[in-house]
Amino acid sequence: MKRCLLRTALYSLALALTLTGCATKYDYANYRAHFPRSILVLPPLNETTDVKATYGYLSTVTSPIAEMGYYVYPVVVADHFFKENGMPTPGEMHQAPPKKIYEIMGADAVLYITLKQYGSKYQVISSKTAVEAQCKLVDTRTEVLLWEGKVMAEEGSGGGLIGAVLSQVLNQATDHAHDVAGIANLQYTVEGKGLLYGPLSPKYQNQ
Amino acid sequence: MIRLALLLPVLALLSGCGTPPKYAWGHYEQMIYTAYRAPDKAPTERQIEVFEKDYQKARSENKPVPPGFHAYLGYLYFDLGKADEARREFETEKANFPESAVFMDRLLANLSKKGQEVKQ
Repeated sequence: MKRCLLRTALYSLALALTLTGCATKYDYANYRAHFPRSILVLPPLNETTDVKATYGYLSTVTSPIAEMGYYVYPVVVADHFFKENGMPTPGEMHQAPPKKIYEIMGADAVLYITLKQYGSKYQVISSKTAVEAQCKLVDTRTEVLLWEGKVMAEEGSGGGLIGAVLSQVLNQATDHAHDVAGIANLQYTVEGKGLLYGPLSPKYQNQ
Repeated sequence: MIRLALLLPVLALLSGCGTPPKYAWGHYEQMIYTAYRAPDKAPTERQIEVFEKDYQKARSENKPVPPGFHAYLGYLYFDLGKADEARREFETEKANFPESAVFMDRLLANLSKKGQEVKQ
């Protein structure tokens, strides 16, 4: 428990440092004009070398977005639905016309994710695990871009004091990237940069 | 230990000062991860068993299960050929989240079609 807490604390510090660097606020005009209630998250495009990235990341993304107050379609059911309808890969799913997705599933918006980093790199004296996902939220009826952003988190070892502590702490973890993805996903909630709170959230009215 | 004490406020700030989650997540995302990563460790029957337990627990705590939960459970029942249970779950998803209606109606229609194919 203590180990878990320490790990989260260290991640949070790293995240805080990342976030303080960028102060420009996102322009939410389109978002507010086509405010979605329901979001379909498609399996991410994978631009990393880790074949596990697409579904490793997909399995982390429902909770942060649903907790923000959106109906999030069941990711596995949707994935199989596309596969059974002649779109076996994320690449093909991302090509499906948004209007068609609205017709067939009723989704107000689609979240398109591209994974830029997912996994660990081992160097001579250090290693790092990074997750970086670029995201676009698109209105299905008009195809207007509602939001785009990036979520990212990095965990390293061999980089000084924090790194040394982290490498000890994380040695037993089986899939670092999956854990790091959970930390990266906190960035969906960052005010002025992330998603807005949705209609199913009590925070929807006052933002 | 002192360093940990200094970091805790940062953690509290970022995690929304301990706002409890809206939904009872149970094993929903964890199971999805396992099912893709190591399917042999998450056979359909086992997943159903785990999710039914999660659902009972959520009910006893008076907490809603997350969006997609009943739809996925219905899909798992469908996978085992249990059409009545699948129908029940898709209907529950639709009742809890009207946003899902279009998709659930489509899955329900597919179920009926499948049922007729079997009868013929």
